[in-house]
Amino acid sequence: MSLVVESIAKRFERFPALNGVSFTAPQGAFVALLGPSGSGKTTLLRILGGLEFSDEGSVHFDDLNWLSLPARERRAGFVFQNYALFRHMTVAQNIAFGLSVRPRRNRPTRHAIAKRVEELLALVQLDGLGKRYPSQLSGGQRQRVALARALAIEPRMLLLDEPFGALDAKVRKELRGWLRALHERLGLTTIFVTHDQEEAFALADLVAIMNKGKIEQYGTPEDVRSAPKTRFVAEFLDSAAV
Amino acid sequence: MSRGPRRSTEDHPLLRVTLGVVAVGFIGLFLVLPLTMVFSEALSRGLAAALAAIEDPDALAAVRLTGIVAAVAVPLNAVFGIAASWAITKFDFCGKGLLTTLIDLPFSVSPVVSGLIYVLIFGLQGWLGATLRDWDFKVIFALPGIVLATMFVTFPFVARELIPLMADQGREEEEAAASLGASGLQTLLRVTLPNIKWGLLYGVLLCNARAMGEFGAVSVVSGHIRGLTNTMPLHVEVLYNDYQFVGAFAVASLLALLAIVTLFLKSFLEWRYADEIAATHRH
Amino acid sequence: MSASSGSLASRWRNANVLPGFGLSLGFTLFYFSAVVLIPLAALVIRPWSLGFEGFWHILTDHRVVAALRLSFGAAAIAAAINAVFGLIVAWVLVRYRFPGKRILDAVVDLPFALPTAVAGIALSTLYAPQGWLGEPLSHLGLKISYTPFGVIVALTFIGLPFVVRTLQPVLADLSLDSEEAAATLGATRAQTMIRVILPMLLPSLLTGATLAFARAVGEYGSVIFIAGNLPAVSEIAPLLIVIKLEQFDYAGAAAIGVIMLAASFVFILALNLLQQWAGARR
Repeated sequence: MSLVVESIAKRFERFPALNGVSFTAPQGAFVALLGPSGSGKTTLLRILGGLEFSDEGSVHFDDLNWLSLPARERRAGFVFQNYALFRHMTVAQNIAFGLSVRPRRNRPTRHAIAKRVEELLALVQLDGLGKRYPSQLSGGQRQRVALARALAIEPRMLLLDEPFGALDAKVRKELRGWLRALHERLGLTTIFVTHDQEEAFALADLVAIMNKGKIEQYGTPEDVRSAPKTRFVAEFLDSAAV
Repeated sequence: MSRGPRRSTEDHPLLRVTLGVVAVGFIGLFLVLPLTMVFSEALSRGLAAALAAIEDPDALAAVRLTGIVAAVAVPLNAVFGIAASWAITKFDFCGKGLLTTLIDLPFSVSPVVSGLIYVLIFGLQGWLGATLRDWDFKVIFALPGIVLATMFVTFPFVARELIPLMADQGREEEEAAASLGASGLQTLLRVTLPNIKWGLLYGVLLCNARAMGEFGAVSVVSGHIRGLTNTMPLHVEVLYNDYQFVGAFAVASLLALLAIVTLFLKSFLEWRYADEIAATHRH
Repeated sequence: MSASSGSLASRWRNANVLPGFGLSLGFTLFYFSAVVLIPLAALVIRPWSLGFEGFWHILTDHRVVAALRLSFGAAAIAAAINAVFGLIVAWVLVRYRFPGKRILDAVVDLPFALPTAVAGIALSTLYAPQGWLGEPLSHLGLKISYTPFGVIVALTFIGLPFVVRTLQPVLADLSLDSEEAAATLGATRAQTMIRVILPMLLPSLLTGATLAFARAVGEYGSVIFIAGNLPAVSEIAPLLIVIKLEQFDYAGAAAIGVIMLAASFVFILALNLLQQWAGARR
């Protein structure tokens, strides 16, 4: 019941984005993909989400040949860096979207969907804001709507792309603790991309430090911090500590 | 093209082909076919017949008149466009938004109404009709009326191109020039105009195409006097209604060539100077 | 410049070091008033010389009503046709890559560049009973030239670029995120198109269709050759203005002109509201 990523490689037209990436994450783990921009971390996340396709390698999750599933059948709750909320829908309609597009035989009733939306709004602490439009919310609120929308489809895993990237420092800290608590409660395997090592170490059970399409080191925050395996990791940790 | 699995933002190949065929088919049927028709009809009795129709004195007079009308209307509207965009983008004053909206008004008015308004003022039974008759000065059914109607319908072209462009460019460069001691005219000629020259050319190009091709407004004020007050589009109408189809399409093909050259230059400007012309291209 | 005139000017404009405000605005207002505003005022005033009843009498005339109905009705149908096909053309131009795309893109502007009289005689000949398209269509029992269908064809011709050119920049700016989000939430491509992409494009689609509609209502040159101009059947409102002018019925012509001008203002208002709606979504 774990996520097994093996030798993923991906070339864009000119440069290799991923160069044989492998790692394993146990069920329910909170994994951070940490690295400078251009290190391939977002590409890896998009491959896991089904938005990008690898040239080589395999991913197995829950006994599923993950990469053979199209994006819409993976049920990977993907939260985009800029949230990608549907501007023309209310918060409630945004959250209900994933349920309302199901084939008729699997689709919950209108009433059941409304109830589920209420539950999710409560979960992300946005009770009563269902009728608002995304443009009427603050950045932190939009973030939580995006999360609720991803959770509505009962995802098999959560994929977060720079989840706090667009927020200011204060809101970022608040949401961080809240997200960690939510993760403990739901127990979903979660992969998130960040370039902020403080964030990665504060949140994650496991950190993968990426550089130039490869994972330089993979381990618990303590291990990585106390024993950097390569010069890049040591310098990368150093540079941010300044 | 399609290698590997389909991205979630890509359409199914079958849909791509269907939509592509529909788009090309619709444009081919509705736009390209009529254009082809013009040249094909013009040459239906051979090139000599088409050239003879163009060399007809009435046709040549129409070409000349069209040239004169454009030569008056386009520069006037260009000067207006520069003045209006200078006032609107370099200064803040009350009523600015309203003025900007109203400048576009002639685009929403029917060409026939554009001609009608001048008939109501300068026509025989118009406001100034009796006065003009006493002075023996003709506006309607004469050159001044044709020029006025053309000016009205092509009024916004340059201004609506320059206003967004100059608004984007801001005021800093002009303010720098002023602080360095440049006079207003020097600032305009040496700082502003070089910055907007491609946008200005773009607006003038569209303005000219419409000025030479305008039919409805000019038709109302011209009186259709052969060899005298017929512009090229009006000459096309006269010939067509006289069942002189080769002649009508021969003169029409001159106008169609003008349209093709305009489109070519327009695409070239959009491609080569994309950053130096305004982002809004609706007309 | 004296201090007093400076303070007077600053009352209705902000202080600015740039010169030429008075000159440029003065010329703008003079030219605008002379060419546009005063002539339009002449139009608005004219029909009232008949009194309200005379005005009303003209507008309720059978032939006038039929012409207005045709102009607005055919323009609405043409705008609807252009909304559908303009959307497809814009989608194909923005989303697909294929050889000859730049040419196809340039050709879309043809109705802006081709003089309407030229379009008019070309369409009329094309759809005439012996024409390239008219003949095959007549075998199907469809008569286009010299019928109201001809009016719709001509108005479709002139309206297409409005829809395409309004949608194109919006489509190009549309971020792919929303479509990807819909896919990860389990939507099929068709569901994404209908429930995500189409609603996001709706304000621009309506704007483009309104522009096409506004242009088509007043269109004259491309229509009169193909329409056949049968009174009360295929006679458009602008043509009726011309006919009344030829009969020196200035007030009658002006009355129809005022209605068309009023429609223009309604279109401008509608377009401004659509713009606000689109802006509120940001």
